[in-house]
Amino acid sequence: MTAKPLLEVENLRIDLALGNKKFAAVQDVSFTIGHGETLGLVGESGCGKSITALALIGLLRDPLAIGGGTIRFDGREIQSLSASEMRKLRGNRISMIFQEPMTALNPLSPVGRQIAEMFVLHKGASWREAERLAVEALASVRVPAPDRRVEDYPHQLSGGMRQRVMIAIALACGPDLLLADEPTTALDVTVQAEILDLIRDLSAAKGTAVLMISHDLGLIANMCRRVGVMYAGKLVEERAAEDVFRAPSHPYTSGLVASLPLLGARARHGRQRLKEISGVVPPVAAFPTGCRFNPRCYAASDICRANDPAATPLNSGGFVRCHHHE
Amino acid sequence: MKLRANLLIGGVLFAGVVIAGIFAPWLAHTDPVMDANLMYAEEPPGQEFWFGTDAQGRDIYSRVLYGARISLTVGIVSQLINTVIGVCLGLSAGYWGGWWDDFVNGLTNMMLAIPSLIFALAIMAILNPGLTSLLIALGLTNWSFTCRLARASALSLKSQGYVQAAKVLGYGDLRIMLTQLLPNMLGPIIVIGTLGMGGAVLAEAALSFLGLGIRPPYPSWGSMLSDARDQITTAPWISIFPGLAIFMTVLGLNLLGDGLRDILDPQARARRA
Amino acid sequence: MNENTGDTILRIEDLAVHFPLGGGLFGGPRRLLHAVDGVDLELKRGECLGLVGESGCGKSTLALSILGLQAPTRGRIILDGQDVSGASAGRKARARIAQMVFQDPYSSLNPRQTVRRTLEAPLRLHGISASSEIEGRVADILKRVGLRPEHAERYPHEFSGGQRQRIGIARALILEPKIIILDEPVSALDVSIRAQIINLLLELKETLGLSYIMISHDLGVVEHMSDRVAVMYLGRIVETGGWEEIFTNPQHPYTRALISAIPDPFRRSRGAKITGEIPNPLDLPTGCSFHPRCPEARDICRAPSTPEFRQVGKGHLVRCRRVGEIGMPEKALLA
Repeated sequence: MTAKPLLEVENLRIDLALGNKKFAAVQDVSFTIGHGETLGLVGESGCGKSITALALIGLLRDPLAIGGGTIRFDGREIQSLSASEMRKLRGNRISMIFQEPMTALNPLSPVGRQIAEMFVLHKGASWREAERLAVEALASVRVPAPDRRVEDYPHQLSGGMRQRVMIAIALACGPDLLLADEPTTALDVTVQAEILDLIRDLSAAKGTAVLMISHDLGLIANMCRRVGVMYAGKLVEERAAEDVFRAPSHPYTSGLVASLPLLGARARHGRQRLKEISGVVPPVAAFPTGCRFNPRCYAASDICRANDPAATPLNSGGFVRCHHHE
Repeated sequence: MKLRANLLIGGVLFAGVVIAGIFAPWLAHTDPVMDANLMYAEEPPGQEFWFGTDAQGRDIYSRVLYGARISLTVGIVSQLINTVIGVCLGLSAGYWGGWWDDFVNGLTNMMLAIPSLIFALAIMAILNPGLTSLLIALGLTNWSFTCRLARASALSLKSQGYVQAAKVLGYGDLRIMLTQLLPNMLGPIIVIGTLGMGGAVLAEAALSFLGLGIRPPYPSWGSMLSDARDQITTAPWISIFPGLAIFMTVLGLNLLGDGLRDILDPQARARRA
Repeated sequence: MNENTGDTILRIEDLAVHFPLGGGLFGGPRRLLHAVDGVDLELKRGECLGLVGESGCGKSTLALSILGLQAPTRGRIILDGQDVSGASAGRKARARIAQMVFQDPYSSLNPRQTVRRTLEAPLRLHGISASSEIEGRVADILKRVGLRPEHAERYPHEFSGGQRQRIGIARALILEPKIIILDEPVSALDVSIRAQIINLLLELKETLGLSYIMISHDLGVVEHMSDRVAVMYLGRIVETGGWEEIFTNPQHPYTRALISAIPDPFRRSRGAKITGEIPNPLDLPTGCSFHPRCPEARDICRAPSTPEFRQVGKGHLVRCRRVGEIGMPEKALLA
């Protein structure tokens, strides 16, 4: 263990090439994740949260490419790694789970074999040994009767079971960092609760750091210690999870908090008209100049339309990007 | 939007054939059937006879122009018949499902198992050779691909929200098929239809070549080729020009079909948007 | 029920929808999937009924039966005083009483029709031919859902997700129906857009006197919008009551599990109260079908036949044999 953070992202920029033009789909994104820490990234579709995760694991594909900034994992710059070094890192020290496990699992291979493969590939285990470890891995993600389930093919399992298998594969080699991109969006709420508990328990037990990505602010606040809010490719606010709902600083965050019908709110305060955020999320090719939230912001002034705000540190830790924050 | 090369070349070739067919009476130098003159038999291409003359001394240039009429009529009309049959069967089968779908599926599989040219040959052998018989033979034998395409499209489109919405609004089945499903599957069907037209032109040529299509002396590219068999070494122009006409027409239609696919494919369009 | 029936816009009595599976020539024994299995439901004028439950619980099938897109196996559906459960009452007759707003604003609009065409065609179909009236109604409905008159000439791809959902709502309202079924009306929309649509739906309900059946898995939205809530599990309603009863005093263990499964943004708490997944609906457990997942299950719950409804409050019914014996979970006390 070193005192340095596990992951340091500095001024990350991700370019989207459309025709002959390049657009910054992600810009000026900086954050760190310490060993065993959980960071959440919240944002709407097209805000750049998923491609940020893909950049971390070296899986950006044309027309997306890293356009600047540095990503340091355990002190090493990820961009400078060769393809084979990156492959060794991926699945072994950084792994990822996705929204729809069916597309991430091989439909023609039993799930046990897909888990065992990780041990053979990254830990040099024999197949016999790896298959025994696969049963253990399935048991650890609380799959009932794991010794029989290893024979199943992905289509024979329910969505929740498939996501458990994905988690078993992702955590098989005891990675230092787990990237979870909307891992429960396709699942029912009771199954979601179980999967979230599972991620929480396993990452705590193994000391795995987690970067959790979701559009659900409530889920992120509940799961993570720190929360970063992304809007139109920028990290507009980053702070401790408990402050995000209580005292949001950025107008976008406060707008989101006020616009969500929170469970229990009506019982406590009666039905109040939800606060609307006007306008729509801009597409990458039409990000506004200045603060990217300015066309939808109630507090926008001339400076917001002209200049992109810098990150202002907050007293309670974290930062906000807003000209009108005092 | 950039105009694609295949669309442009295909369009120009096809337009050339259409113009040749429509304006044949004005463009032609002689009557294609009547003006036989053994005095000028097997003249090579030159000032007077641009494409040369055939064994009966008829102007090949004029006959190729008139031949375009036959090829286009057969290509367009037979393919229209195929498309209507294919769309009606496939669309209704995909939308309704059940026993009707099973029946249409069986019929399609049977059609696919019989080589369509052999089937057309059989029909031509029963009917008398001639344009109408050709249209029937080629129009009834080549709908299976369109049918499969229409059925697959209907299957995927019928679960779309707007089809459900149309049902909720009280639309009848026929109206849903015509106003909701058909317009959304038209693109690929036009593509298949265009490609099929090239196939029909070839099939017409083949049948006429075999003497089962358009009977001499009426000028069809296929029958012209058939007539030219004996002179292929001594007077190659008699076969080259109708052959070239077939080649250009089919190539034009195929390029046009490919080009239309690029435009009409909704996925390709979404990528550009 | 001998309450004031003039108040009731929709009544469903013992509705069941069974799908045959397998069978046929070589399919082995024919089995029945009980998608909806004996549902009684009542919707009052001007009321929003929230229908919640996990995927596969039958809520969508129930909605399709009300709209006439799915023939019921048994039971009665009485729409605005008319019995429409028979085959005779076609889709066209129902269309003017009940309409639907779909989840996905992208696939629910025909990409080849302008907004005007989407809104005019149903009017023509239902016998309105005067072009001045058609024009007036289209203009009026566009204004009501917050779109501008010039939007009528555009195609769906020219709109954002939120605007598309407004068009979907306009289409549902154009025939002036009395009931709208909202199938997850905001879950496919961007989070920052949802409030606009929720507010719009609530406004329209007030101004037009509509009744809603809202299917949603987002309990926050259900609590915000509903007057009454029905919780479905494996084709049956297991708990129903006023929104306040359901959310502050849930009685069925399943309802409690659903509520406590929602991540609480204010504290890092464990969410899962129940484990396991919905059993195969072809192979239903005996007795209370929730017992294999229920933390409170005892032998009495496994005894054959489905538990009957028990009344626990005004209009608050619960299908649980142990109701009253199980204490309140600490987190369900939301108030």
